Amino acid sequence: MSQYILRRLFWLVPTMLAISLVTFIVMHATPGSPLQPDAPNANPLPPAAQQNLARKWGLDKPLHVQYLTFLKNALRGDFGSSYVHKTSTVMEILKRTFPVSLHLGTMALLLAIFIGIPLGVLAAVDQNGPIDYVCSFIATLGVAVPNFVLAIFLIVVFVLGLGVIPRTGGWTSPVDWILPTIALGLGPLGILARYTRSSMVEVMRQDYMRTAQAKGLSQRAVILGHAVKNGLLPPLTILGPMFAAVGTGSFFVETLFRVPGMGRFFVDSMIARDYPLIMAIILLYGIFLAIMNLVVDILYSVVDPRIRLA
Amino acid sequence: MDALGSRREETLAPSTTEAGRPASKTLAGMARPHRTLWQDAFRRLIANRLALAGGIVILLIALMAIFAPVIAPYPYDKPNYSAISQFPSRDFPMGTDLTGRDMLSRMIYGAQVSMLVGLGAQVIVFLIGVPIGAIAGYAAGKTDTILMRFVDVMYAFPQLLFVILIMAALGRGLQNIFIAIGITGWVTIARLTRAEFLSMREKDYIQAARAVGAGPWRLITRHMLPNALTPIVVALTFGVPEAIFTEASLSFIGVGINPPRPSWGQMVGEYFPYLQSYWYLALFPAIAIAVVMMSFTFFGNGLRDALDPRMQQK
Repeated sequence: MSQYILRRLFWLVPTMLAISLVTFIVMHATPGSPLQPDAPNANPLPPAAQQNLARKWGLDKPLHVQYLTFLKNALRGDFGSSYVHKTSTVMEILKRTFPVSLHLGTMALLLAIFIGIPLGVLAAVDQNGPIDYVCSFIATLGVAVPNFVLAIFLIVVFVLGLGVIPRTGGWTSPVDWILPTIALGLGPLGILARYTRSSMVEVMRQDYMRTAQAKGLSQRAVILGHAVKNGLLPPLTILGPMFAAVGTGSFFVETLFRVPGMGRFFVDSMIARDYPLIMAIILLYGIFLAIMNLVVDILYSVVDPRIRLA
Repeated sequence: MDALGSRREETLAPSTTEAGRPASKTLAGMARPHRTLWQDAFRRLIANRLALAGGIVILLIALMAIFAPVIAPYPYDKPNYSAISQFPSRDFPMGTDLTGRDMLSRMIYGAQVSMLVGLGAQVIVFLIGVPIGAIAGYAAGKTDTILMRFVDVMYAFPQLLFVILIMAALGRGLQNIFIAIGITGWVTIARLTRAEFLSMREKDYIQAARAVGAGPWRLITRHMLPNALTPIVVALTFGVPEAIFTEASLSFIGVGINPPRPSWGQMVGEYFPYLQSYWYLALFPAIAIAVVMMSFTFFGNGLRDALDPRMQQK
């Protein structure tokens, strides 16, 4: 087992190299440059100033030299300073914002797990009944409605309409956590509920289910003891990528609720061509995703003894 | 053996009954009235109430988009400084925005953008994705490997980020949204088409067509594509809300549609800072986005179930 984990961790290195290389190429291959002001009608910088900036950021060197320099510094944990947020280094920015996003993402994922999975189980038990319809409605709602639209609904209903929540946004007290968590969590909740339902339906057709019923177990014992145990394995697989997606922050949810997380950099850094920041967040996302997948694989073998890691 | 024979009978049925041999004529007379695949699918679609409701809403929004210049009570871009940020009233059923533009008119014109992007992007996605998938699936071997590696690389990059990158490079505008969604969105269709074609290559009827001397062009367009069409149509239907979502997100961020042209996403993005005082400004376009997304999703679900009854919602 420990050997397996070590090998997987070792494979992280080439994966990260590939991700950084592809990001670097795509970033430089799409037209646009960080040397130009990003406002649409702004005056271009004078050529001399552009040359100075390029020299300062090392953009005047050939591309392969730029990439190797990036690699050398990144290995020491130095991702340079942001082109836009000039007063702080990329590492400082991420140290400040990533924990906030991770916190919000964890709560959203817990919400999705603790409501989505039971909902999916109930829907599978009550196939084509009322609970099933409610489940499929919530699942479609979560999957189809963008979270910024959902956020508007939540603010209008709970802050402006009912007045249950005192503020429209911020991140100072636990009251501020509620709405962003719901807005971010409903999408994953819908996906999980749908996934759980279909996997449970599959399991309930198996022979051992009939055996369990035939030996006189109560419906409750059959579902909880036999069906759920097997039916929850497939949904476990999607939790890894799901956590990576919500744990690195959402631009929309964080903007609408003024959450000081890292989600906005996914959009801002792309628009501003903030090369150091783009590289850092994509790599952070990649590492997060890879580690989550590893954790899920390990969990999988713990939960299901039939699966042996090799 | 028997099952095999009867299945072949089924595929041949339409042409033999129309050939009108006396024996088969009486048989055809006793059988139920002849219906095509699409007629069958249409009946099943209509029977699905959620899908029907979705379809009707889509139709209404499409009509609204087409007749926008006729039904919109005010121009969408002319500020009216004597009626600034008014609450919904008789004169302005959805109120007016911060420069006095009628919200109802802006909503109606906003439907144009959503519909154009939703449907138009699928045309581009179809035109890029299907040929690439078809070539990969038909040629197989090395061509397939190279094309699919390329597709994998495209797949690995988060789509919304890629679209933002392209939009930041090309600049705002409806045309560029088409291009950005087209460039990034064809991957799914290409994969699907390739898989369908690969599984079809060795089927008897394709071998038969090839044996009769059909060339690659004829094989692909007359034999393989029509058989792969149902999953492609379903995937395209699900692509519509995805494209609408992408446009709304881009316009929300501010790299999508070019103002003063209104889009629902752009309106949500523009008005949400004023949510506390003028909540209706952002709420109406948000409702519109939710309704159109749900409608397309329900319609897509219904269409999938209708076209392939064996694939009934898992």
